[in-house]
Amino acid sequence: MSDHGSGAHSGEYEDRLQAWVGRELLTRRFGQDPVNVPMIRHWVEAMADDNPIYLDESAAREAGRDGVVAPASMAQAWTMRGYAASVRPDGEPTGMDELTGLLAEGGYTSVVATDSEFEFERELVPGDRVSVEEVVEAISPEKKTGLGAGRFITTVRTYRDAAGEVVATQRWRLLRFRPAEKPAQEPAGKPAGKPEGEEAEARPLRPRPAINHDNAFWFEAAREHRLVIQRCADCKSLRHPPGPCCPQCGSFAWDTVEAKGEGHVYSYVVAHHPRHPAFGYPLVIAVVELTEGTRLITNLTGVEPADVQIGMPVVLDWIDPDPDLSLPAFRPADADAKER
Amino acid sequence: MNRRYEDVAVGEELPELSIPLTRTMIVATAIASRDYQDVHHDPSLAVERGSKDVFMNILTTNGLVDRYVTSWAGPAAVVKAIKIRLGAPNYPGDTMVLTGTVTGKRSGGRVEIAVRGVNRIGPHVTGTVVVQLPAERAQGSAA
Repeated sequence: MSDHGSGAHSGEYEDRLQAWVGRELLTRRFGQDPVNVPMIRHWVEAMADDNPIYLDESAAREAGRDGVVAPASMAQAWTMRGYAASVRPDGEPTGMDELTGLLAEGGYTSVVATDSEFEFERELVPGDRVSVEEVVEAISPEKKTGLGAGRFITTVRTYRDAAGEVVATQRWRLLRFRPAEKPAQEPAGKPAGKPEGEEAEARPLRPRPAINHDNAFWFEAAREHRLVIQRCADCKSLRHPPGPCCPQCGSFAWDTVEAKGEGHVYSYVVAHHPRHPAFGYPLVIAVVELTEGTRLITNLTGVEPADVQIGMPVVLDWIDPDPDLSLPAFRPADADAKER
Repeated sequence: MNRRYEDVAVGEELPELSIPLTRTMIVATAIASRDYQDVHHDPSLAVERGSKDVFMNILTTNGLVDRYVTSWAGPAAVVKAIKIRLGAPNYPGDTMVLTGTVTGKRSGGRVEIAVRGVNRIGPHVTGTVVVQLPAERAQGSAA
């Protein structure tokens, strides 16, 4: 794709980003107010949650509590900084501000939350003072998403009470992304999988591949953007799709080689109907024959369906529909040469 | 009504819950969670940032999933985990339909429920909730 001059792919930038893994983004900070009934009321009214244990003392006692409790899902709200801090930052940069700055330097200026995994140690009650601290767990390589190219930032937040006891932990994932560009700015043409005007809409998840003992290695390599080919350890013949046994010699011993990522379109179809909401249409589905000799079923990117031709040279590309799924795709080798 | 651990079977389906997503509700829930990010209340800034309109924040999705499961489990249930992944945004004017299925029973009275919330674009949220339910004899001492 087009170069932003941001250095977002340089090794030096990658090192600076990865240096954040394991570092604290936020040192332990208390919420502005203790857990309190007015904020609980505001929350349950907005959520239309009529569970009586949040506001009614006697109902809460009947349900086994000592008095009213806060909704579990409200844990994060107690440490949110509120309006003033949103519009008038206090000028005291945290690790989070620094990392956000570094990501902005790579062009990743927009943000959307994608995952929240809460585990609760105990219910919070009015009077509890809640603090939060946050550590970076992982920063993904750049991935192409429905929103634009971006990186998934995974952190772990630990919520504690005044005595320092953990009340909840939350694994939290954000996508920091470069908003998708208008098709006119994409010299190689828009990717076939993404119709115009829908770039900004997050799609539903693609169907999960059926991963089993015999093919897991292939999908794991794909998550690291490596296209591998299974090779018989005895007769050395290559095979795809993955399977337990060599079709040439019957051996169960195998290893893998990494594909060069070059090939040609062996055959293709353009799907219009029926439509699955995870995909953009028309959708080009091709059988690509690799220079190594094996073939795989894949999508073509950066090409109009009408321009696809059997025999057309293609090179490896990657699509990353969501944090858990990366799949090889191919784009015309010519367009690639023009871009560089 | 309080659902007891013994009463719940793996495979049991929770009643569907349909939530109309009004603009006021999307803003009210964002503010109730103290989230003042402009994309949750300012339509023109939301468009500038690549969205088609304001959209629901993730804290609210957590809150609605919490409400959905505890309204089925009853007031004695204690929520032990809420793990969600977001997909299609919840925009004003849409409706999110929540469905759930009991997927596991564990020790300590814990029950796992798989939850899915779908709007007209696709799945907005998929995830699991773990609640601790009271046992037959230990009613009233769930906490």
